[in-house]
Amino acid sequence: MHSYRLTHLKELESESIHILREVYAQFENPALLFSGGKDSIVCFHLARKAFFPSRVPFPLLHVDTGHNFEETIVFRDKLVLEHGAKLIVGSVQESIDQGKVTEETGYYASRNKLQTVTLLDSIEANKIDCAIGGGRRDEEKARAKERVFSHRDEFGQWDPKMQRPELWNLYNGRKRVGEHFRAFPISNWTEMDVWQYILLENIPIPSIYFSHEREVFLRDGVIYANSPFMNLKPEEKPYRMQVRFRTIGDMSCTGAVDSPASTLEEIIAEVASSRVTERGSRQDDKRSEAAMEDRKKEGYF
Amino acid sequence: MKDGYLDMDLLRFTTAGSVDDGKSTLIGRLLYDSKAIFDDQLEAVEKASAKRGTGEVDLSLLTDGLRAEREQGITIDVAYRYFATPKRKFIIADTPGHIQYTRNMVTGASTANLAIILVDARKGIQEQTNRHAFIASLLGIPHVVFCINKMDLVDYDEAVFTRIQRELEDFSSKLEVKDVRYIPISALNGDMVVDRGEKMPWYQGPTLMYLLENVHIAGDHNHIDRRFPVQCVIRPMTTEHHDFRGFAGRVAGGVFRVGDPIQVLPSGFTSSIKGIHIGERAVEEAFAPQSAVITLMDEIDISRGDMLVSPNNLPETSQDVEVMLCWFNERPLQPGGKYALKHTTRDARCMIKEVRYKMDINTLRKAEGDGTIRMNDIGRVQLRTTVPLNTDTYARNRITGSLILIDEGTNETVAAGMIV
Repeated sequence: MHSYRLTHLKELESESIHILREVYAQFENPALLFSGGKDSIVCFHLARKAFFPSRVPFPLLHVDTGHNFEETIVFRDKLVLEHGAKLIVGSVQESIDQGKVTEETGYYASRNKLQTVTLLDSIEANKIDCAIGGGRRDEEKARAKERVFSHRDEFGQWDPKMQRPELWNLYNGRKRVGEHFRAFPISNWTEMDVWQYILLENIPIPSIYFSHEREVFLRDGVIYANSPFMNLKPEEKPYRMQVRFRTIGDMSCTGAVDSPASTLEEIIAEVASSRVTERGSRQDDKRSEAAMEDRKKEGYF
Repeated sequence: MKDGYLDMDLLRFTTAGSVDDGKSTLIGRLLYDSKAIFDDQLEAVEKASAKRGTGEVDLSLLTDGLRAEREQGITIDVAYRYFATPKRKFIIADTPGHIQYTRNMVTGASTANLAIILVDARKGIQEQTNRHAFIASLLGIPHVVFCINKMDLVDYDEAVFTRIQRELEDFSSKLEVKDVRYIPISALNGDMVVDRGEKMPWYQGPTLMYLLENVHIAGDHNHIDRRFPVQCVIRPMTTEHHDFRGFAGRVAGGVFRVGDPIQVLPSGFTSSIKGIHIGERAVEEAFAPQSAVITLMDEIDISRGDMLVSPNNLPETSQDVEVMLCWFNERPLQPGGKYALKHTTRDARCMIKEVRYKMDINTLRKAEGDGTIRMNDIGRVQLRTTVPLNTDTYARNRITGSLILIDEGTNETVAAGMIV
């Protein structure tokens, strides 16, 4: 008799598929938050496996800050077309135009925080009762405390002290009218797991994850892509450089890394030897020690 | 590299111990020595430590992720931490050691293969050591490792270690843990954690890291009793897969092979397995804990909550369920009260028929007198359910043997039950 054992990637995959099916079974109208970043791409890949040979039975929801890397949007549209997925776009620009939020000003202006309003509005407008996200517990210390099925009150708020105990693989998705859930199928994956899985499964990802030359500038030790969305200080001079992105967010808060890695194998080797976390180059997390917790409480991803 | 990670497996463990037992130091050391702490994390912790004026770097700030935790200097919730060595990937459920947070310990223990219980070498067995060991046993954790910590403070004395080990052996003999180990360590100096160090040549056993990397976990899943709780039905209704009707679920026990006879519970109809899919791949067999889609030879009415099993190895099917219940909520258990219940993929309701007794988890005896089950209490309770549940004992199968109770008014998860 051969031994029945799973590798860590296959066990994580199995757990994630189970979670995605629980979401589908327990909620009326779930949606998958899709940013075009690697974590949401992996979630979509897992969802395809979970419901094969059916199509993914829920739409993708993209909260569009308007400050995107173009490559990400091209990738998103191609993926939607190829797999016949339904795409809902929530626009931060629209929220600004409607006067619901006010654009930040100054050199550090970012639409990152504004996204929360657009996200919650999109959830309400589309009657989404569970938003599936690609958040991972190894990303950030507030996320390390969050449940797989994470409750949101009628204002979209997360209350970290009132979280329901989550045992075995029994997920409690019960809620009152007006409340919703966030579900995180890849909670237990690390950045390394995601990269290894992308390689193992040969999953396409946007080109900006790989090394390329682009115009950048340096601010507070972080390399930013130069773009019309950035407000450069007089002393900040753009220059060209060979870089890649380790995470993809809004252009105004995502830093690049100085890297020659142009294949998945090279990226994995680079991640393995890296001494900083992937969010180390994210301006949005650096605003305070509890920046992520505070944004999450308000309803952020 | 590719071959290396393709052959890694996954160990989930939980750590129990009070603030003073050096738990954070131990976790910090495991993470640091396996390079799972990054420079920016360490820098943030150093900054936060300096702000608090504690003098030294407080590694607990790494795991205490919530503002309230950092402000109060206590851990109030389970935190999950991740690290990997070339052999294995590890998930730590780091649980607080305070009495009032038993529920977190139970939560962390529910999915663990292994529990590390820290004992202060200077103090020996404490009340909470017993409590942690009992919960590990109750939650069916197959491997328990007692780390006798702070050996540096007792001059690395073998006699101290041996005495504590004997006391622990006496206590552990009353528990149902298959595999119990004892390791003398100094989390602070690192002796016997990742490296052996030079201070304890008298100890011949493995280091903690060696044990974590090599303990046999493939046998922790039940591969004998076929159990497949159905999560949902997959019906593509496309021209390509017109007649496809598959049952999606995660194997909770046993091995399912194409051609195997199966019985559907609760209906009792029988059929045999036509095909098995894992993702888009057609496979010959699926085993616990794989997620799969099973198709059957016959058209039978099957929906979420039903269970596919082997006709000659059936679970218990009953509306009367006897459980060890761990209570989580501030509102005590109401005898005669009604609660919503989740068992595998089945949603039901139940009534608390009888509280048989409450456990005194410090003595492992039945508590005399007061039988009220309050927050963090554990008791044996009889439930009457609205529909029959298909159960195994928790000792036999941690998936088909577990359930949770939910308050129908607040929707909070109020209790975890282990079926006896």
